[in-house]
Amino acid sequence: MVQERALPKIQSASAQITKEEGLVLYEDMILGRFFEDKCAEMYYRGKMFGFVHLYNGQEAVSTGVIQAMRPGEDYVCSTYRDHVHALSAGVPAREVMAELFGKATGCSKGRGGSMHLFSAEHKLLGGFAFIGEGIPVATGAAFQSKYRREVMGDENADQVTAAFFGDGTTNNGQFFECLNMAALWKLPILFVVENNKWAIGMAHDRATSQPEIYKKASVFGMPGYEVDGMDVLAVRAIAQEAVVRARAGEGPTLIECLTYRFRGHSLADPDELRSKDEKEAWFARDPIKKLAAYLLEQNLADQSELKAIEKKIQTIVDEAVEFGVNSPEPDASELYRYIFAED
Amino acid sequence: MAETLFFNALREAIDEEMARDSTVLVMGEDVGHYGGSYKVTKDLYKKYGDLRLLDTPIAENSFTGMAVGAAMTGLRPIIEGMNMGFLLLAFNQIANNAGMLRYTSGGNFKIPMVIRGPGGVGRQLGAEHSQRLEAYFQAVPGLKIVACSTPYNAKGLLKAAIRDDNPVLFFEHVLLYNLKENLPDGEYVLPLDKAEIVRKGEDVTILTYSRMRYHVMQAVKSLEKEGYDPEVIDLLSLKPLDFETIGASIRKTHRVIIVEECMRTGGIGAEIVASINDRLFDELDAPVLRMSSQDIPTPYNGALENLTIVQPQQIIEAVKKMATAKV
Ligand SMILES: Cc1ncc(C[n+]2csc(CCOP(=O)(O)OP(=O)(O)O)c2C)c(N)n1
Ligand SMILES: [Mg+2]
Repeated sequence: MVQERALPKIQSASAQITKEEGLVLYEDMILGRFFEDKCAEMYYRGKMFGFVHLYNGQEAVSTGVIQAMRPGEDYVCSTYRDHVHALSAGVPAREVMAELFGKATGCSKGRGGSMHLFSAEHKLLGGFAFIGEGIPVATGAAFQSKYRREVMGDENADQVTAAFFGDGTTNNGQFFECLNMAALWKLPILFVVENNKWAIGMAHDRATSQPEIYKKASVFGMPGYEVDGMDVLAVRAIAQEAVVRARAGEGPTLIECLTYRFRGHSLADPDELRSKDEKEAWFARDPIKKLAAYLLEQNLADQSELKAIEKKIQTIVDEAVEFGVNSPEPDASELYRYIFAED
Repeated sequence: MAETLFFNALREAIDEEMARDSTVLVMGEDVGHYGGSYKVTKDLYKKYGDLRLLDTPIAENSFTGMAVGAAMTGLRPIIEGMNMGFLLLAFNQIANNAGMLRYTSGGNFKIPMVIRGPGGVGRQLGAEHSQRLEAYFQAVPGLKIVACSTPYNAKGLLKAAIRDDNPVLFFEHVLLYNLKENLPDGEYVLPLDKAEIVRKGEDVTILTYSRMRYHVMQAVKSLEKEGYDPEVIDLLSLKPLDFETIGASIRKTHRVIIVEECMRTGGIGAEIVASINDRLFDELDAPVLRMSSQDIPTPYNGALENLTIVQPQQIIEAVKKMATAKV
């Protein structure tokens, strides 16, 4: 087993939260977890097709970052592992589930599928299925905010963009090219690396000459942080600072979240390469259990409140499935629709 | 009427559209302070500033992806490929994102962007700088493809491309930038999906585009003297093809020659032949003749380079042969 990196310490003061904030974070993470568990079930029952990449274990990253932004106003850009980013950004669970079922009511009208979730309404720039290709698109959205403010004189154009991607993706040129441009033009963007130690079967340390990804920020003259990606409060605290900097026109931040996926790369992956020891060590650091323990310990919530949230989310997820099942298939006569802007 | 150089016609189009719409901007290598490698954006940064004439680092795939992101969020970027060949490095962003994202997103986003720049076989620039790329892109769903050929159509088509809500790949030709033409004083915009009938005729339909239009017209000049009467159509739009104009001509002449700079295999001409077979087979009195450039990397040597692309003399011979062929 590869030596685990020591976890960075964060100032607990910046991680202080109110009861309401704590419950919002908990609910968002539970939604992510329950939704993905349901996806696994539906996939094995033949309701879902293609490649399906689940997010279990990494919830603290999506929740910590997106809840530090203004969901629905700020832009979110994801990968093929995009269900939970979409949910955190506010895309209704039923629209995501319906998309996974390939239905006309899905957020991408059944044209996209698991790896291509989009929502203009919720400022979800997309699930991008090719490694690294979302990073330039996110950088373009961030450029757009700056352009609107500085060229078009729109005072309200203070939107920030968060681009999420994995450790393996940081070895791709688009990552470096965009870090360079974002720093050069001080674009309002957060580059959020979800370092889950693996790129399918390629261990991070076997793929990169400098495994500490956050350090790569320094050569572009931008701040880079390493954060415990299993601690939603830690992620949120760093993200909040980065968002403030971005909105103030002070430029991008690279945030490396040390995390782990609790399932195989996709539902088609037998997950045989990762050692039992490694998996168990990380399972023990479940970000949802960690937040629950914190909320209870700090008297911010009691068991019954957490249970009530779980129950509410279970209902939402069950309803999402029902909605998906009962939704119509896309109309075959609309096969050519959406190719051009006019249709 | 003002006599205008080709590159200045393009510049006027960009200038007018930038003045008209503050969401229009240009991004690319050396488009700002340097003015573009063919001076299409010369001094525009002085008028519109560095953000609207964004000099990018040499990172084609990433700045093209940035343009996609900017277009998705409401701007209208014009990407300049310093040479269209360099955009091979941006193939993923052009195909997967500019071309397909609207469909994949179920109509969530539109992508109003123009990707323009010099392409084609120049003068001994060697294989990489003398590419015939249009066919590489023609299969990408969601892209419109335009090839301009005169200062007049360059200006009118570029303005239309900028206003279009779809991604438009806009091919200029390296050897045409210094052509001159009198342009109308007032504003004009040309439709993106209409071919131009360059010369009306009865014997044979010649379909061409970009610089080959001039090789065709050179051939036509001497053919006219010998009493031939070909109809010449400049396609202008390579995707979609204007089959109304093409069809009307074929119904009249029943004979077709395609003259293109594109490579033969899987070329634009290949697609046109297939489409003519699908739609107009019964109108044909002879098989469609396809005159394309050779399926080789463009050689550096001048004589070999000339052999690579279709020459006027070959067109003359082909027209004579086809016009006199027995039905
Ligand atoms: C351009 C491209 N090459 C290869 C792939 C296949 N692929 C899908 S995910 C993946 C690994 C990515 O790992 P990482 O960036 O760490 O993200 P994670 O899956 O761990 O979230 C690969 C190689 C792809 N989708 N796109
Ligand atoms: Mg990974």
